[in-house]
Amino acid sequence: MAVLTIRDALNEALREEIIRDENVFVMGEEVAEYDGAYKVTRGLWKEFGDKRVVDTPITELGFAAIGVGAAMAGLRPVIEFMTWNFSILAADQIINHAAKMLYMSGGQFKVPIVFRGPNGSAYQVSSQHSQALEALYANFPGLKVVMPSTPADAKGLLKSAIRDDNPVMFLEQERMYGIKGEVPEEDDFLIPLGVADVKREGKDCTIVARSMTVPMALQAAEQIQNEFDVSVEVIDPRTIKPLDVDAIVGSVKKTNRLVVVEESHAFASVGAEISHQIMENAFDYLDAPVKRISTAETPMPYAKNLEALALPSVEKIVAAVKDVCYL
Amino acid sequence: MPKAATIQKTTASAGKVAKNGASKNGKALGTAAAPEFADVDDAIAEYNARRSAQLAAIKKSDKKLLREMLYQMVLGRRFEEKCAEVYRMGKIGGFCHLYIGQEAIGVGSMMMLEPTDMVITSYRDHVQAMIKGMSPESVMAELYGREGGCVKGKGGSMHMFSKDLEFYGGHGIVGGQIGVGTGMAYAAKYKNSGQVVLCFFGEAAVNQGIFHESLNMAQLWKLPIIYICENNQYGMGTSQKRAMSSRSIARKAEAFEMANEFVDGMDVMAVRGATRRAIERARKDGSPTLLEVRAYRYMGHSMSDPGNYRTRDEILKYQERDPIVLFKDSLKESKVLNDKDFEKIEQEANDAVDRAVKFSDESPYPSEAELLTDVLT
Ligand SMILES: Cc1ncc(C[n+]2csc(CCOP(=O)(O)OP(=O)(O)O)c2C)c(N)n1
Ligand SMILES: [Mg+2]
Repeated sequence: MAVLTIRDALNEALREEIIRDENVFVMGEEVAEYDGAYKVTRGLWKEFGDKRVVDTPITELGFAAIGVGAAMAGLRPVIEFMTWNFSILAADQIINHAAKMLYMSGGQFKVPIVFRGPNGSAYQVSSQHSQALEALYANFPGLKVVMPSTPADAKGLLKSAIRDDNPVMFLEQERMYGIKGEVPEEDDFLIPLGVADVKREGKDCTIVARSMTVPMALQAAEQIQNEFDVSVEVIDPRTIKPLDVDAIVGSVKKTNRLVVVEESHAFASVGAEISHQIMENAFDYLDAPVKRISTAETPMPYAKNLEALALPSVEKIVAAVKDVCYL
Repeated sequence: MPKAATIQKTTASAGKVAKNGASKNGKALGTAAAPEFADVDDAIAEYNARRSAQLAAIKKSDKKLLREMLYQMVLGRRFEEKCAEVYRMGKIGGFCHLYIGQEAIGVGSMMMLEPTDMVITSYRDHVQAMIKGMSPESVMAELYGREGGCVKGKGGSMHMFSKDLEFYGGHGIVGGQIGVGTGMAYAAKYKNSGQVVLCFFGEAAVNQGIFHESLNMAQLWKLPIIYICENNQYGMGTSQKRAMSSRSIARKAEAFEMANEFVDGMDVMAVRGATRRAIERARKDGSPTLLEVRAYRYMGHSMSDPGNYRTRDEILKYQERDPIVLFKDSLKESKVLNDKDFEKIEQEANDAVDRAVKFSDESPYPSEAELLTDVLT
């Protein structure tokens, strides 16, 4: 096993897929000569040149459309949004075009494209640069949504996303790019989309977390174990859509308690969907109402203290677990 | 000294910026066609040829106004240098985009406005906020994320606002404010209020669809807006020539039959003159104007930019035409101000910045109750 950061794991995935398939190319703002705003594409332009790694003007709608059209015509574009906040300018191409194409064409035109970049908050970058958008895109049939939380998942899932014949929204997190972890060195390391992972086994309470909230949930689980001798299971769906409902339901049937932690807002969120799935599929197994920890229902404030207050935290997760366990 | 401190030595190909691809005989509608240039040598030659015009403009202007213009430029420079300093100390978080090198644009244009006129801009907004009348205290405290900030610590560096002073904000989505500014002009026309809008954005924002959509509507509906493109030649690490097929931004206005002018952004009097002509058009019949103002960004794009995409030589060459130095030279030659006056201005600016820092250091963090306010009214 090699120890890599999430940033470098993503970089390896891109590199391997560029080599493996001549139709794969990477496009976005500052991805080539600048090595990527967050250095995920570091070295790729030097190695593969202008054809495979392409800098764009600041024109999100335009280059997202180039990606959609190129994908319909047989290529496999990987389109980087400098952050997912800017994907909102390209939402028309993603939602009205990429997501609809296969269906509208009666199954004739597939759109094998990956849109990727950092999602959610960073460090005090304020209202317009801190949004977690997975629930928005997950709401539309025709899109897959992926959110890795470890270097191995990042690599294996990105490679699968690039090979997938559907539009895949691949949401990373800026705060996590430097996180290190082991990544299998096997030749073609893939993780299938749509399969959850148990990040920590436990028997008394389930936490479903994704992206940035996974390390928080693990820390909270550790703390609860030490303080109360309560064993918490942490499940990371990894793919938001399609969602591995069975894995979550199975865990809740075992622990009888559920806390969902997410960086997006609560209203109409992925957490709301998970809560519903549990009500539908494991209602009789619940020993307490499902709890959710989300970002406050406000645009993200700039001030350091308010930003911290708005976001999920280990303390908030611990408190929620204590609540559902009646501790 | 933060001057170009974020720049590392590099062999990047940025080197010399190619000549503007546009032909020089394209005529600007309603204005005298200004020369276009991208290369710094051309710029120097052009400026030297025009210097008599700057001196003549100074001669015709009120001395107090000239002094205030210089003061605002110096204040802007010192304020931004201080931002860089306290940013490195961790007192400012998030993104922080500085205006150093572009002061003549904000001062030359905004000081032509009536207080009731409206301004909207990008995230590079600290200095423009102050020129519109916001106190250095309220801007610095916002950068600190404190209660005393102009938006109570909620916005930070990129989002300065003042409704009282008709400052409609710094905006973080590249190009977004071009559309919003056009809507503000729509309201001015609707209400027949006589206000005009100054709408600032960078050259890279011109590649967004909203620029083209907005200019079309503004000309179609004769909206009283002046679009000021601050062409500092880079959008983050991408030079204009790597991102724009046709390099004259001013002439893009011709596609909409909109008046336009190319202006030297290192010459504060030239910016002032071009803005005057544009405002006259706007007030007369609501005609919009596009000004392309050639500038240069001395610092990195933001405080986190290593700047590997351009050479130190390129930066130093542009700094030879520093807008503050040029203006001082002309003021001195015109006997408007002398060295002692300059010293006094420096002192006043430094004092104002020190007061802003002290105020911000002492301002408390916003109360936790602020988190949930202002979401809906
Ligand atoms: C829609 C959008 N895309 C990308 C970004 C990231 N970004 C912020 S500033 C910037 C460069 C803008 O350059 P320019 O318009 O020339 O203005 P300047 O920074 O030079 O003043 C980029 C790419 C953003 N904020 N918004
Ligand atoms: Mg620029």
